[in-house]
Amino acid sequence: MRIALFITCVNDTLFPETGRHVVRLLERLGHEVVFPEGQTCCGQMHYNTGYRRPAATLAVRFVRTFEDADAVVVPSGSCAAMIRDNYPRLGGSGSRLSRKVAGLAPRVYDLTELLVDVLGVTDVGAYYPHKVAYHPTCHGLRMLGLGDRPYQLLRAVRGLELVELAGATECCGFGGTFAVKNGDVSSAMGADKARHAVESGAEVLCAVDNSCLMHIGGTLSRQRSGLRVAHIAEILASTEKEGALR
Amino acid sequence: MSATFLGIPPFPEAAHEAVNDSRLRHNLRKATHTIRDKRASVVTELEDDWERLRSEGAAIKNHTLRHLDHYLEQLEASVERAGGHVHWAADAAEANAIVTRLVQATGETDVVKVKSMATQEIELNNALAEAGITAYETDLAELIVQLGDDLPSHILVPAIHLGRSQIREIFLDQMAEWGVPAPAGLTDDPRALAEAARVHLRERFLRTRTAISGANFAVADSGTLVVLESEGNGRMCLTLPETLISVVGIEKIVPTWADLEVFMQTLPRSSTGERMNPYTSTWTGVTPGDGPQEFHLVLLDNGRTDVLADTVGRQALRCIRCSACLNTCPVYERTGGHAYGSVYPGPIGAILTPQLRGMSSEVDEALPYASSLCGACYEVCPVAIDIPEVLVHLREEVAAGPGHLGEKAMMKGAEAVFGSSRALDAAQRAAGAARNLVPRHLPGMAGAWTDTRDLPDVPAESFRQWWNKHEKGQS
Repeated sequence: MRIALFITCVNDTLFPETGRHVVRLLERLGHEVVFPEGQTCCGQMHYNTGYRRPAATLAVRFVRTFEDADAVVVPSGSCAAMIRDNYPRLGGSGSRLSRKVAGLAPRVYDLTELLVDVLGVTDVGAYYPHKVAYHPTCHGLRMLGLGDRPYQLLRAVRGLELVELAGATECCGFGGTFAVKNGDVSSAMGADKARHAVESGAEVLCAVDNSCLMHIGGTLSRQRSGLRVAHIAEILASTEKEGALR
Repeated sequence: MSATFLGIPPFPEAAHEAVNDSRLRHNLRKATHTIRDKRASVVTELEDDWERLRSEGAAIKNHTLRHLDHYLEQLEASVERAGGHVHWAADAAEANAIVTRLVQATGETDVVKVKSMATQEIELNNALAEAGITAYETDLAELIVQLGDDLPSHILVPAIHLGRSQIREIFLDQMAEWGVPAPAGLTDDPRALAEAARVHLRERFLRTRTAISGANFAVADSGTLVVLESEGNGRMCLTLPETLISVVGIEKIVPTWADLEVFMQTLPRSSTGERMNPYTSTWTGVTPGDGPQEFHLVLLDNGRTDVLADTVGRQALRCIRCSACLNTCPVYERTGGHAYGSVYPGPIGAILTPQLRGMSSEVDEALPYASSLCGACYEVCPVAIDIPEVLVHLREEVAAGPGHLGEKAMMKGAEAVFGSSRALDAAQRAAGAARNLVPRHLPGMAGAWTDTRDLPDVPAESFRQWWNKHEKGQS
């Protein structure tokens, strides 16, 4: 299958390795990945902070860039949710944007949805000999409804021991500009999430969203916890032959 | 005279104090998690029925709000037919004046109250105090808050921020000034505390001849008002006095008695985690020889029709004040209710308060941002209010206003960078080149990040730079 990658601005700029893992994983599974060049950002930051007009402009750009794709993979739960759940609110009913979004949004998938629902695979042939805890990010959990998909994928990874994360469904406190506007509350939420992650006994905390991981990982790093964070794509891309790709 | 929220700083500042108060954090965490777990278990019992009840509740409320003028008039006619009197109050001042006048007409200077969010919203107790009338709160938690000259911090559990040793101190210090004193040697055993409150309140109930209540629901076709409560104090207030004055927000209407069936299932489960609340009292006008012989209903607008005019924001008026959103909210759990600077705290307060009061103050402008948009509030709301949607909607209103110049400049800069893939690539290359120059501690607003978190390293190469090489077979 030919899959268009929407890398997202945060991944592109700060976590390019996530994109590389997605490409290696999908190519290993026999699919073609394309990277439409005009892409930039989904507009989530603008939208969530109350800047609707720039968010709408970015939505138009996204639709123009990806409208011909058979499937779009987004290695970020919150950006996928922005496109699927919030773009329809941006255009206004009956608008050109709304009509185009209605056509495109059903073909936009988070990585775990693409693998399980579209490509029909839960065992991606990965090998990752570590204790791993999974943090179900809020957008992945409540807006996309990823449900069991990430767990199915992780459970099929050889060598991986999935450990339970207490308070898993609670927000880590990132929330985009919330982390800055309400720094104290955001830090307190992050500290609790980090504590639960450490107490889980995991070596690696993984999620479908690097933004949340940046926040939790930044907290873990400041605490010198020794626990590292990884996007789920890194784990799924790792093989016995190539080792954990970094 | 009771305390007011005036003077409480905007949310981020007020939250700073709360987050660093370890006793408060402990009390809040324990209480919210207990109710949260109870709610989840009794909701799960209903399985698929829950989602049906939830959408039915939302539909009933939406229908009523859409035809509010009709149902209000129907309610007025029903109440008067049943021997009650209806008064209309456009705002807090008018409502306070009406209630004060009605109490004065009874010749009494003491009134008992069953907890009512509407009367807290209009600060009725202060208005009555100015007229020389003392209002006694009879709900246990509300009594604690009143005795402590404190402010409520939760819709359902107003004293959620206090531990039992703090409550013991308040009882010992204050009860004597308000009536029957706390017994000497009072311990902080919950039974002993409850008994002290019971004795104190019992004397009050038997002596007071005028009562003030709110209502959870007002049934338009029969003119019936409904209060759900747990302690029996509500029933005392609603049956013992000679005069009963109920102050009710105009959005509390349901069209028919049958509609209550939905909310009688969803409200107790959502609020206290019970299948059914211990006391449900209903009253319809007056009945000779039984209960209050004079009944007044004060219908309160106080900004509600303005909210109704906002097509996105109006869903907040569906709220049945169950407080499930407070108990599940990770932000509320860490700040408590006082930080919201309003009688309506938590997620619902963050959308309701700025709509009712308007967003002309820093306190109200900060409220729509007091959320990480995690969506847990929407998930538990028994009338399916999409709180995150309304939060973002209200943020648009704030962002469109004056001020926030730094943020506006930042957003504009981001817009320019994301305006073309070439501009983004150039910005990424610049960041990559300067990657070793990024300071560990950022200045200004961004300092909120680096106070407690390490920044990620900026990579030497963006994804799109790597992709270009990968495509050319160089990776």
